[in-house]
Amino acid sequence: MRIAILALQGAFEEHQKMLDSLGVESFLIRKLSDWQQPKDGLILPGGESTAMLRIMNDEGLLEPIQKEINDGLAVFGTCAGMILLAKEVENDSRNRLATMDITVLRNAYGRQLGSFFVNENFKGIGEVPMTFIRAPYITKAKENVEILSSHDGHIVAARQGKQLAISFHPELNEDRRIHEYFIKMVKGE
Amino acid sequence: MEDRTILNRNLAQMLKGGVIMDVTTPEQAKIAEAAGACAVMALERIPADIRAAGGVSRMSDPKMIKGIQAAVSIPVMAKCRIGHFAEAQILEAIEIDYIDESEVLSPADDVYHIDKRKFNVPFVCGAKDLGEALRRINEGATMIRTKGEPGTGDVIQAVRHMRMMQSEIRRLVSMSEDEMYEAAKQLRVPYELVQFVHENGKLPVVNFAAGGVATPADAALMMQLGAEGVFVGSGIFKSGDPVKRAQAIVKAVTNYNNPKILAELSEDLGEAMVGINESEIQLLMAERGK
Repeated sequence: MRIAILALQGAFEEHQKMLDSLGVESFLIRKLSDWQQPKDGLILPGGESTAMLRIMNDEGLLEPIQKEINDGLAVFGTCAGMILLAKEVENDSRNRLATMDITVLRNAYGRQLGSFFVNENFKGIGEVPMTFIRAPYITKAKENVEILSSHDGHIVAARQGKQLAISFHPELNEDRRIHEYFIKMVKGE
Repeated sequence: MEDRTILNRNLAQMLKGGVIMDVTTPEQAKIAEAAGACAVMALERIPADIRAAGGVSRMSDPKMIKGIQAAVSIPVMAKCRIGHFAEAQILEAIEIDYIDESEVLSPADDVYHIDKRKFNVPFVCGAKDLGEALRRINEGATMIRTKGEPGTGDVIQAVRHMRMMQSEIRRLVSMSEDEMYEAAKQLRVPYELVQFVHENGKLPVVNFAAGGVATPADAALMMQLGAEGVFVGSGIFKSGDPVKRAQAIVKAVTNYNNPKILAELSEDLGEAMVGINESEIQLLMAERGK
């Protein structure tokens, strides 16, 4: 199994380390020729979605990635990655992958002073540590989207088929269970 | 470690592989965001102008900073003077995302830096060697950048500071346990920080390059020397074509290891900032706050 990690900006190394520790092979995507390698799944890391989108647009990465996700490639987006996947973003009209039937609010908890850590329940896993950094959350999800976790009444993790979107940063903690969950999704378990 | 310190270190992790740009107006902030900046530094005068104007340089007008916060969705940083904790309190009150306790402004205290652990907002500080970096981290800084020499467009000092930090890190990594106690004494930092660097071969916080970066090649150079991202101050809005240069530097940081892409990015950028050579400047900002 080989997982592609979008490495234009942000915390992609943390995801790669997480996959290394699970014994899963991965490679970084910086340009179109990187993307054209065979892959079984994709991780969209945290960082600034505006910065990633700018480069994705200019490098012609947006459409090829969009196509493979729509064709069934497993994808896991954290924080900025969730924004890239959302069909609607309440406070942003930029072009994005828009493959998941969710509406997202950017910087939903405000500025850095609103960033926080909490232990919260995740469907099928149990209580997991959650680090929210200037995080978004999901305000609306269609019926075909499964809600995996909520905090304070807001959806912070959801799944639609082989797409997984999470507001927080499992790559920043020691707990590997959410990455394991994604690997199982990739395998179709 | 306290939750707040971890969360603030985490925000710096999200900025990695990105470019933080100095901006003086909401319009410039929008240009920076559209070009792919991962954060902006709001300040009234960019370092090149501070240098030209002379006199005492202070924290920017909060109203001006709020204008920039309203204009963009990416993190907004602002500078306070070294040791000026009241300026830092004001910046915290307007919910700035990161405070730069910066040698670019006139220092307010020639002995003490701000006790940054007392704050909930994060701080980035400049350093020109490992001792300075670890002392600032001990005071609560959750991100480090090289000092470089701001407002010059001359990258030599940023290179010197990054090389110095990296070579000192390598030296600590190869030390035996008993040598580390002496190293902690020489660096004037707690043993635990020395031990962290020894075991991990890196600082416990994200380390960016700053001070004198003016071209995509400068940015790539700093990344190859071990920077995890780049601050660009005067280099963008003092150049002939800020939009194009800003975009090129963003892509140069992503593709710092790919000379073919760097060559394309370096084409037709218009005039770079004129710059001042290190030997021509009167005021060495990097010597402020050790």
